[in-house]
Amino acid sequence: MKNFVHLFTQLDQTTKTTKKVAALVEFFEKANEEDKLWTIAILSHRRPKRSVRTALLRKWAAEAADLPLWLFEESYHIVGDLAETMALVHPNLKSKHDKSLTDWINFIIDLKPLEGEEKAKKVNWAWNQLDETERFVFNKLITGGWRIGLSQKLMTRALAKHTNMDENVLSHRLMGNWRAETSSYHKLIVESDPADELSKPYPFYLAYGLEGKPEELGATNDWYAERKWDGIRGQIIVRNGELFVWSRGEELVTDKFPEFNELIESLPDGTVIDGEIIAFENGQPLGFNLLQTRISRKNVTKAILKKAPVLMIAYDILEAGGKDLREQALKKRREKLEEIVCKQTSDKLILSEILTFKKWRELVEARKESRQHHAEGLMLKHKESTYKVGRKKGDWWKWKIDPLTIDAVLIYAMRGHGRRANLYTDYTFAVWKGEELVPFTKAYSGLTDKEINQVDAFVKKNTVDRFGPVRSVTAELVFEIAFEGIAKSSRHKSGVALRFPRMHRWRKDKPVKEANTLDDLKDLLELYG
Amino acid sequence: MSLLSFTKKGIYCARANIYIDPWQPVDYAMITHAHADHSRAGSKFYLSHHLSKPIIQYRLGADINIESVEYNEARTINGVKFSFHPAGHIIGSAQIRVEYKGEVWVVSGDYKLEDDGFCTPFEPIKCNVFITECTFGLPVFKWQDQSSVFEEINSWWRKNVAEGKSTILTGYSLGKAQRLIQGVDESIGKIYTHGAIENTNEVIRKMGVKLKETHYVDPEDKKKDYTGALIIAPPGALGTSWQKKFQAFEVGMASGWMNLRGPRRRRSVDRGFVLSDHADWKGLNTAIDATGCEKVIVTHGYTTIFSKWLNDRGIETKIENTEFEGELDNEGEEKPKAVNA
Repeated sequence: MKNFVHLFTQLDQTTKTTKKVAALVEFFEKANEEDKLWTIAILSHRRPKRSVRTALLRKWAAEAADLPLWLFEESYHIVGDLAETMALVHPNLKSKHDKSLTDWINFIIDLKPLEGEEKAKKVNWAWNQLDETERFVFNKLITGGWRIGLSQKLMTRALAKHTNMDENVLSHRLMGNWRAETSSYHKLIVESDPADELSKPYPFYLAYGLEGKPEELGATNDWYAERKWDGIRGQIIVRNGELFVWSRGEELVTDKFPEFNELIESLPDGTVIDGEIIAFENGQPLGFNLLQTRISRKNVTKAILKKAPVLMIAYDILEAGGKDLREQALKKRREKLEEIVCKQTSDKLILSEILTFKKWRELVEARKESRQHHAEGLMLKHKESTYKVGRKKGDWWKWKIDPLTIDAVLIYAMRGHGRRANLYTDYTFAVWKGEELVPFTKAYSGLTDKEINQVDAFVKKNTVDRFGPVRSVTAELVFEIAFEGIAKSSRHKSGVALRFPRMHRWRKDKPVKEANTLDDLKDLLELYG
Repeated sequence: MSLLSFTKKGIYCARANIYIDPWQPVDYAMITHAHADHSRAGSKFYLSHHLSKPIIQYRLGADINIESVEYNEARTINGVKFSFHPAGHIIGSAQIRVEYKGEVWVVSGDYKLEDDGFCTPFEPIKCNVFITECTFGLPVFKWQDQSSVFEEINSWWRKNVAEGKSTILTGYSLGKAQRLIQGVDESIGKIYTHGAIENTNEVIRKMGVKLKETHYVDPEDKKKDYTGALIIAPPGALGTSWQKKFQAFEVGMASGWMNLRGPRRRRSVDRGFVLSDHADWKGLNTAIDATGCEKVIVTHGYTTIFSKWLNDRGIETKIENTEFEGELDNEGEEKPKAVNA
């Protein structure tokens, strides 16, 4: 594992992407194929399944360091990373092993069937073989969470350099549900296993937000406009009489949406459609909240299927008759898409309507109606655009509506994780109900580093009470909370759930008494829920 | 009446009518060390260790009324005996021992147990009540020997020299900066200092304390070539236009907080070196045990957690709020506390 730990140290010691990529290339040059495959798997979030519960690991780590469990837990809240906390409290030892990365991962996989006592013994043995950095890496592998500041995109770039292959081809090969346990470097990268090929989605083409005015894009007849639906971006694949449904997060979600099974019959073999999976009933899209109930459940019951029926609104076609269409112009793909969607008989797949407009001004009006369609805004796509890999500027733009906002009072704070460890960065906000403050949302993002430091100092100075890691603070700070949507919720005390809440602005000008009320929030629910 | 109490103005000995490290102006202030949160302006009279005096004068003005003593030298005021003992934190830093009719309290100020080879090493003092900080009062804080930390720093500096870069290393101006200067291998290259640090160095050299040769970074001299040099700067200088002239460079930070990945990554520095002038977890516990005290008063840092830990071990504790910089100043200790930073 020494080479992998060295790689980790190098990645951790620099903030420059060129250096990170160079370090990874150097690692790939020297590592054996097994270790390379596992490294690719780890950096694309395909870690081995968890074989020990973290509650047990905490207990063992505290015992090994001769600390009471409460003190270990308190330390963890401040360090903000379990693997790191466990590595730090353990007595410092010199490394005395020569196992490879793959050996250690297999060691972890093999823990799974063991009884508690046996597991404890093995984990403690491992901790005693490793020095501090190795212990941290081992703990990261065993706890699963792994963010080392290197995206899958950069990993793919490094691999492309190492193999002399095209980056887009590689990023396609790395998609899908391959696993390091069952694949090999050769099969995945060099040969590209045909069995994997069958289920493999294409990398999604993602758009940036429109920066200027749409007029700056030029002639209107070069562009398509359509609604940006508020669901789950996905790909539906029908190949060889089998169906695969992928979410944008590269998750295989076929089982969550049994209604798409009928597409095996209605779509020709070798078809890949890019679209939005949304909750939809009686010719109308429903809110995202309803779809959420669908994805959060483990089992999709009949009752849920009925309560939250879904379909896919098709945006694009990436493969037809087994042929990759991504290099064709969008207007040609659109023709093909219309042909295929119209010909098929299932009502689970419909076309995303192209909005007709002659002047950009007309689109401004159409965009204003987004919320009543449960849409997030508009998408503008150049008619000649090819289907690219990842987030690219130029041909596709998203033009979202302004978020909803409400002024709320910060009442609880918790410490953050990772880069924000040891800082109070996770906040709960409330609105007034008479003299009482009712919490209605959490928010973690939107502040600058400087503002975070100021709020952190405020929290430490104005703590009223502590409940475990949470501190309640004097009701004094007011923030404008922005969010994309609002829905009724029986799970929240306030009766509402927000979509994408974040801090838009620190309202230093606003006295706490003038923050919004629960009634204001309910008015928004009435209007947009 | 207890021998020392915590008031609005600071740690107070009513019998002698003196304060220790007061945060408001008083008539008589005894000062543990010259950092800004422990030696504040406006008091009528100051008493410090000999090696703190010129730094306090430099910071608060040459016209302040100040006297100084040697370690272990006692002053008795209205029957209360006060003496200064090495704290090992920075140059001139002291624990202040207060004794009256056989009862002994120790105000430790800030301290570390490791001998850094520059300031007088910490000495444990037997007492009944020990007043301590706990900036790093969690078991995740464990310092390595400074020799191995300096090995890391030196090899990083050497690597930068080989790559044709300059090396910027930060540490606060009084204490950490001098420890870095004395600890690095000067055969690797020239050592430069930021103005805030060079001024402090001058004060220290004038006291007759030997420091390695350092060169002042003159902001006016735009043509100077810093390739291969080590530049010691206070953390506040990072990210300002001041650092542009060192291109190409790498930046490192020496602080106890670098022991944690979160704060280290947040700083966006190339390298973090775990080097602190405060006691780590083991240091705090060792220091407390060595006093043989019956009671510990914790002042700043992770006070709630650390006092609970001591309570669990059967040591009576109390938390007192002070204006010393602990958890409050985002990442407790190592802001540029110093001299004119």
